[in-house]
Amino acid sequence: MIEGARWKKWLWFYLPLGAFILALLFPFYWMVVTTVRPDGELYRPWNHPLYSPFWTSHPTLEHVKDLLQETLFNTWMLNTMFIALVATLISLVCGVIAGYALARLTFRWAGLLGTAIFVTYLVPQTLLFIPLAEIIRDYHLGDTPWALILTYPTFLIPFCTWLMMGYFKAIPKELEECARIDGAARWQAMLYIIFPIAVPGILSAGIFAFTLSWNEFIYALVFLSSPEQKTVPVGVTSELIRGDVFFWGSLMAGALIGSIPVAFVYSFFVEHYVAGVTGSIKG
Amino acid sequence: MARVLLKELNKKFDGTHAVKNVNLEIRDHEFVVLVGPSGCGKTTTLRMVAGLEDITSGEISIDGKVVNNLAPMDRDIAMVFQNYALYPHMSVYQNMAFGLRMRKFEKPEIDRRVKQAADVLGIHALLERRPRQLSGGQRQRVALGRAIVRNPRVFLFDEPLSNLDAALRVQMRVELKRLHDRLETTAIYVTHDQVEAMTLGDRVVVMRDGMVQQEGAPLELYERPANRFVAGFIGSPAMNFIGVSITASGDALSAEAPGLRVRVPPQKAERLRRYSGQRVILGLRPEALRPAGASAPGDFAFEATVEVVEPLGSEILLNTRVGDSPVVARVDPAVRTSPHERVRLAFEPERAQFFDAATEAAI
Amino acid sequence: MDAAKPAQLQFVSRGPISRALEREATLAFWLLAPTLAILTVFIAYPFVLGVWLSLSNSTVGEPGHFIGLANFHKIFADSIFRTAAMNTFVYTGVTTVFKLALGLWLAMLLNRHFRGKSWVRAFILLPFIIPTVLSTLAWKWMFDPTFSVFNWFFWKLHIINSRINWLGDPDLAMVSIMIVNVWRGVPFYAISLLAGLQTINPDLHEAAAIDGANRWKRFWYVTWPLLLPVTMVVVLFSVIQTFADFQLVYVLTGGGPANATHLFATYAYQIGIGTGLLSEGAAISLAMFPALLLVVVFQLWYIRRVENR
Repeated sequence: MIEGARWKKWLWFYLPLGAFILALLFPFYWMVVTTVRPDGELYRPWNHPLYSPFWTSHPTLEHVKDLLQETLFNTWMLNTMFIALVATLISLVCGVIAGYALARLTFRWAGLLGTAIFVTYLVPQTLLFIPLAEIIRDYHLGDTPWALILTYPTFLIPFCTWLMMGYFKAIPKELEECARIDGAARWQAMLYIIFPIAVPGILSAGIFAFTLSWNEFIYALVFLSSPEQKTVPVGVTSELIRGDVFFWGSLMAGALIGSIPVAFVYSFFVEHYVAGVTGSIKG
Repeated sequence: MARVLLKELNKKFDGTHAVKNVNLEIRDHEFVVLVGPSGCGKTTTLRMVAGLEDITSGEISIDGKVVNNLAPMDRDIAMVFQNYALYPHMSVYQNMAFGLRMRKFEKPEIDRRVKQAADVLGIHALLERRPRQLSGGQRQRVALGRAIVRNPRVFLFDEPLSNLDAALRVQMRVELKRLHDRLETTAIYVTHDQVEAMTLGDRVVVMRDGMVQQEGAPLELYERPANRFVAGFIGSPAMNFIGVSITASGDALSAEAPGLRVRVPPQKAERLRRYSGQRVILGLRPEALRPAGASAPGDFAFEATVEVVEPLGSEILLNTRVGDSPVVARVDPAVRTSPHERVRLAFEPERAQFFDAATEAAI
Repeated sequence: MDAAKPAQLQFVSRGPISRALEREATLAFWLLAPTLAILTVFIAYPFVLGVWLSLSNSTVGEPGHFIGLANFHKIFADSIFRTAAMNTFVYTGVTTVFKLALGLWLAMLLNRHFRGKSWVRAFILLPFIIPTVLSTLAWKWMFDPTFSVFNWFFWKLHIINSRINWLGDPDLAMVSIMIVNVWRGVPFYAISLLAGLQTINPDLHEAAAIDGANRWKRFWYVTWPLLLPVTMVVVLFSVIQTFADFQLVYVLTGGGPANATHLFATYAYQIGIGTGLLSEGAAISLAMFPALLLVVVFQLWYIRRVENR
C-alpha cells in the first residue's frame, strides 16, 4: 500500500507543483540565458539544427556592457529609484495617518471618506492618463520626475491606507486610552505608542508601494519624453529598439537588471510583502 | 487624594441608555467598588470618570472642579486595565516612565519615582524586560507600578484581576488591599466578582441596568440588602428565595408555601402585616440554615428533601427541595445525610429577609 | 487646576495646537487632509476634465468646444473600437476564470507541508513582483516568430512543422496575450487564496471527513464557501486591473496585428496620444467607466454584506 500511496503523491502533488514552478519561473531563466548569449547563437531560428535553448557554451557579458555603457540605462535606473523612493515616502506618510484616522477615530464622515478612498480604484490610470497629460503639461511638470512623484501617490495612497487600517484595527484600543490617561495628547499617543507597534505594517506597505512604483508604465510613458528622463520600463521598451530592430541581448539584459532592485527589496522582506498582499485582501 | 462626585450622570449609546441618573460621592482616601453583572453600566461609568467616554448629561467633579470637558491627560488620574495595556515596544522601565515623560518631568525625578514604585511592588529586577517576557502576575504589577509613579489623585481599576488564574487572583487581591492601605489614594474599582467587591471595598456600589441598586459598607449590603437583586448578588452561594403567602391567624403572621410554614419574625411583623393575604418573597442565606433536631421549635424551621450533597471539606452544601423551591444550605462538615433523605432545617428569626413580590424591594 | 501637591504637575501645559487636536473630528480632518488633497487634484479633477474632454473636440494644442456626445457616436461606429471593447470583455472574462482555477489549484498545493515550502512560496511570486513590461518583453522574445523557444519545443515533439506565429496571427495573438496575463496573475491569486485557506480551521475538514465526505465534497461544501469572501475580493480587484490593462498589449503587439488585439486602454492611447485626438481618446477611456462602476458597486455591496453578517 505504501507503494501505491507514493505513486499517488507524485502524480497529484509533486508533478503539478513542479509544473507550476517551471511555468512560472521559466521566463526568468530565459531572460538570464539570453542575456549571456553571444549574438551569433542568439539569432538562430527555431528550427535551426544547432538551436540549443537551455544553455550556452560561450557566455558573454557584452550585452550587459552594451547596456550599461552605450545606453542611458544607468540614468533610467537612477530616475526610477528616485521616483519610487520619494513617491513611496509621500504615500506612506499620507497612507499611515489616513489609515489611523479611519481606523481609530470616530467622526461623522468616516464611513463616507473611507468609501471614497476605496472607490478611487474605480478610476484606473488608463482612464485618467489623457486628461492628466494635459494637466501635467499646463503646470509645466511634463518631462520631469515630479510628474510621476506627484501622480503615483494616487494609486499608492489608497492601498497604503487600506493596509494600515487593517493593522491599526488589530491594535487594542486600551493602549491608546492608557497613554492618554498617562498624560499623552491624542496625537502623542498615536505617534509614540501606536505607530511604533504598527511598524511591521508600515514596512509591508512601503515595500508594496515601492514595487508598485517600479511597475507603473502608462503615466511614465505619457508624461516623459526625453530619453534622460525616462524610467526603466519606458526606457527599455522604447530606447532599445532602433527602427524595427530589436536588440534582444540588450533588451533582456535591461529587463534582467531592471528587475533586480525590486527582486532585491522583495527578497529581504518576503514575509512583509506576503503579509501586505494578504492583509490588503483580508482588510 | 481627592473627592469624586458623580451628579445625575447619564450615558446613552445610540439608543441604549447605559448609565441612568447615577449619583455617587466618593470621599477622600476611599476605596469604592462598583460591582454588578456585565452590561450594568459600571465600566461605562468608570470610563466617563476617566474621560474616555463623553458624558450625555450630568456632572463629574474631582476635588470640586467639574471635569466633564477635560481631556484624560488633564484629569490627574491613573487607570489599571483588565488587559494590563502595557506598551509592548517599551521596557518595563519605559512603560512606567512614559506618563512622567509626557508630563515633562526631569530625568532624575523620573528615575527616582520609577525605582521607588518598583521597590513597592517588588519588580525591580524586571525593569529592563519587555512585557512579553513577563508572566500575568508580573504584568499586572507593572501596570500598577505605572499607575502609582504618577501619584495621581484618583486610581481607576477596570477589572484588573479578571485575567489572572484563581490562585493569583487571591494573592493580588491581598496585595492591592495592602497597597491601598499604604498609599491611601482615592480609588474606584470595577468588577463583576462580588468576592472582590466585599474584600476590597470600603464601600460597595451594586449596579444593575445602568442604575445604582444600593451602596454601603460590604457588611451592610450583606446584612441589609435593599432589594432582591442585591440580596441575591452578594454572598455565595446565593441567597435562597422562596415565594410565600402571608397568612394571619389572630396576631401571629405566618409565611406559607407548599411544604413550608414558618412564623414571621416579630421584628418584621409590623411591616408585613399589610401584606396579609398576599404573596411575598422570603429570603434565607444558605449559611443561615442549620440542621435542627425534631425537638426544635417549629416556628422557624421546616423540612426539606435532600437532592444533592456537595462536600467541600470545610463545609457541606446541601441542595434540597422544599415543596417546589430549591433551597441550598451550608452546614457543618460533620452532618451526615444523603440524597432522598428528609432533613429539618432551622434559622435564626432575625436572619430572615422579606421582599415585595412586585417591586422586589426589601420589606 | 489647583496646585495643592508639591513637586507635581497637575495641569500639563500644552500648546493650543495640541488642545485643538484633542477633538477627534479636528485630528481626523488634519490626518486626512493631505490624502484628500492629492486625490482631489490628481484624480477627481482629471476625471472631470476627462469627461469634459470627451464631450468636446480638443486636440493637442487646440482646446476645443463642447460638442455633446458626438465623440461617443463616432467611436461606437468605429469597428476597431467595437473590436477593442469585445476584446476587453473577453480578455477579462477568460483570464479571470483561468487565473482563479489555476491559482486555487496552486494554493491548495502550497497548503501542504513540504521541504523548501517557504522558498517555493517566495519564488513563485516573482512573475507578480517583477515589473510587468520587463517580464512581458521576455515573453515577446519567447514568442518571436523566428526565434521562439516554444516553436522549437513543439517542433522537437513533432507537433508542428511550420512556425506558430504567436503574435502575428490575428486569431492567435489574443490567446498569446491571455497566456501572459494568466502567467502573471496566477501567483497573486495563489498567495491570496492560500492566506484564505490557512484561516480555515482544519477541524472542519476532519469533521467533514469523519462524516463521510470525500475530497471533492469536502472542497465543495467546506473549503469553497469559507473561501468565498477572499475569492470575491481577489477576483474583483483583479477584474478591475485586467479590464484596464495596457502594458501587456502595448509591449506584445501594440494593438496589432491590424488592430486585432486592442483593448480600451491601448486604443485610447493610440488615438489620444498617438494621433493627438485628445477628445476621442478621452471618450474611449471613459467608455470603460460604466463597466468599472458596476464592478466596484458590486464589490462594495458584497463587502457590506459580508461585514454585516
